[in-house]
Amino acid sequence: MEFALSDEQQMIAETARAFFAENATSARTRAAMAASGPDAGIDRALWQAFCTELGLSGIGIAEEAGGAGLGFVELALVAEAAGAQVAALPMLGSLALAAQAIAAGGTAAQRADVLPGLLSGEIIAGYVHDAGLKAEDNRLTGRDAFVAHGAAAGLFVVTSNQGAWLVRADAPGLTVIPQTTMDQTRPMARVTLDGVVGEPLADAAAAMARAQACGWITLAAEALGGAQAALDRTVAYARERVQFGRPIGSFQAYKHRLADLVIEIEQARSAVWWAACAVDEGAEDAALALHAAKSFAADTYFLCAGNMIQLHGGIGFTWEHDAHLFFKRARAIQTALGQGSWHREQVATLILGDAA
Amino acid sequence: MKLGFSPAEEQFRAECADWLNGQMAGEFKDIKGITQLTAMPERRKEWEQQLAAHRWSCIGWPEEWGGRNATLAQQVIFAEEYARAGVPGRINHIGIELAGPTILTFGTDAQKRRFLPDIAAGKTIFCQGFSEPGAGSDLASVRTKGRVEGDEWVVNGQKIWTSLAHISDWIFVVTRTEEGSQGPKGLSFLMMPIDQPGIEIRPIRQINGDAEFNETFFTDARCPVDSLIGAPGEGWKIAMGLLAFERGVSTLGQQMGFRNELDEIIAAAKANGAARDPLIRQRLAKAEIGLRLMRYGALRMLSNSDHSKIDGAALTYKIQWASWRRNLGELAMDVLGQAGEVAAGDHYEWDTLPNLFLFSRSDTIYGGTNQIQRNLIAERGLGLPREPRG
Repeated sequence: MEFALSDEQQMIAETARAFFAENATSARTRAAMAASGPDAGIDRALWQAFCTELGLSGIGIAEEAGGAGLGFVELALVAEAAGAQVAALPMLGSLALAAQAIAAGGTAAQRADVLPGLLSGEIIAGYVHDAGLKAEDNRLTGRDAFVAHGAAAGLFVVTSNQGAWLVRADAPGLTVIPQTTMDQTRPMARVTLDGVVGEPLADAAAAMARAQACGWITLAAEALGGAQAALDRTVAYARERVQFGRPIGSFQAYKHRLADLVIEIEQARSAVWWAACAVDEGAEDAALALHAAKSFAADTYFLCAGNMIQLHGGIGFTWEHDAHLFFKRARAIQTALGQGSWHREQVATLILGDAA
Repeated sequence: MKLGFSPAEEQFRAECADWLNGQMAGEFKDIKGITQLTAMPERRKEWEQQLAAHRWSCIGWPEEWGGRNATLAQQVIFAEEYARAGVPGRINHIGIELAGPTILTFGTDAQKRRFLPDIAAGKTIFCQGFSEPGAGSDLASVRTKGRVEGDEWVVNGQKIWTSLAHISDWIFVVTRTEEGSQGPKGLSFLMMPIDQPGIEIRPIRQINGDAEFNETFFTDARCPVDSLIGAPGEGWKIAMGLLAFERGVSTLGQQMGFRNELDEIIAAAKANGAARDPLIRQRLAKAEIGLRLMRYGALRMLSNSDHSKIDGAALTYKIQWASWRRNLGELAMDVLGQAGEVAAGDHYEWDTLPNLFLFSRSDTIYGGTNQIQRNLIAERGLGLPREPRG
């Protein structure tokens, strides 16, 4: 039994944790949130440092495809560390979805053309999905109102149920309108395509399957990191805040709520590790594991972030305190890439077969 | 990080499964699938002896004491295959999993020679005397007294919740041996034979109608002086060491039992149409996810090579499975509908799922209530200030 981090994985986790803790500070995240224009919600300097200095942007992408090798376990460790700081970075759209799709489904030429720019952070990509997209001779017409970091994207991977295409942001017929987004650390944009010429990916099914799996793992791992951080910060507050002459963390009503968070977080960690391993090892139950991890970790994060506000009292409801960054990110993760109830229905179908 | 077991371990799994399935199809066919802890005790004692005869009784013990020196992974695999084969729970699980390891860790050579071979062979069935009417969650406030008289210990007092005492041969008892001592100090750990005039056992009927728990009364009950494990006053240390054994390899076998229960609920939901109800489907999915996460939580716990350090996965394990199973019992009743409210026969005896519904109310109480578990998680796990103690 080796269901534990190896020395190398431990090192990756610590490196990532130290990097984000030092650099993805609350002040920098808030500066990114307050920015206007296409870079709203992105700490560009941090993204550059992450992609080039830290060199972890290519994790989960094979070396032949220009990535750093390794697998989803390592990728999850990095996403967890970023999530713990609610870092304002285009990790989800640009790396987990777009780059993974291209690496898995693009031709050698497409990968060589596009991936270096994405992995170096010079270009940000968005991931557009429209089940009802019309595609005639690779002329695409459709829309997606919720494209993460879409306003900053220089390139889009556009997917439908029939195929996947690369589309440049300056392609004629493409319109991108930034949205005002509750989670300002991951702003969304409305992307409209009106007869835009797309360059088809060679293997659309592989591209979408890989992007979907990676997107779910990334969100689940981010949620795990965020949940743990919300708990850790609340525990620190429980030790120092004194009422009735005692630290509030000595009251059982308070302690038991925190204990309940630990119970959920431990399960969320098992879920993320299981799902990441299951994909890396090609396990039979990988699909079940992914649905479990995405839904469970997202709900855990929301529970922890909600309690972070409650257990901080009034200060937790202020803009000045970071609790709302966690709370909004948690809610956004719950909704993104399939709500919990949808994922659980997929699990139900897997275990019940066609009983219904 | 890896999900599965090695090829050698999988080969060991096949060996375990072959033998267990063979037994359940052959000589011990009649006990296959029994879930009630108190059913067919005599046959199950014979089963203990059969296990011992083939060296499957206590595989984690050293070879010289009847074990196989099995690795942690092998013990997990055996526990999984044991449950998967539908073999009923070990009637001597307290002897094998608690008394034996305690004697191995804290006993003298003479005590090892006296007890271990008979525990391993299924000839000595043990039960556990910790809780008292006044010492439940506050386990250290034990009042049962022990004193030395000549070459014997003499014990007076009362224990409660002694599972299977009525079919056991020996009981280990935590007694207060230092006059005037309080809390964890002044306690000692004694092994006592049950068949003697000074020990009386009365069954306690549970909410499901069964009676696996007992009250055990000690009135000048006696055991030889060399029945003391460790030194006088070390009782608490030994009891705590023993409770750590409880959180171990058997958890994965226990999960196979949970798997069977969930599968039965899924089958019932498919049969009666409840599986079409979207809310039931959500809850079945949650139950499935919870069970899977329990498995990977246990694997994390068992993969932690530093066993001196209790990590988060280990601290939360009890409350997680207990709460999961209590929810499962409620889900079972919602799936069954009114069919779950009536017994199949004339007696107050319940089929598996209604029994699960009733019995699982005890899961969140015994072995440390959910409330106590939350205290432990907050205090040991998060380092928050301790509860005030009187």
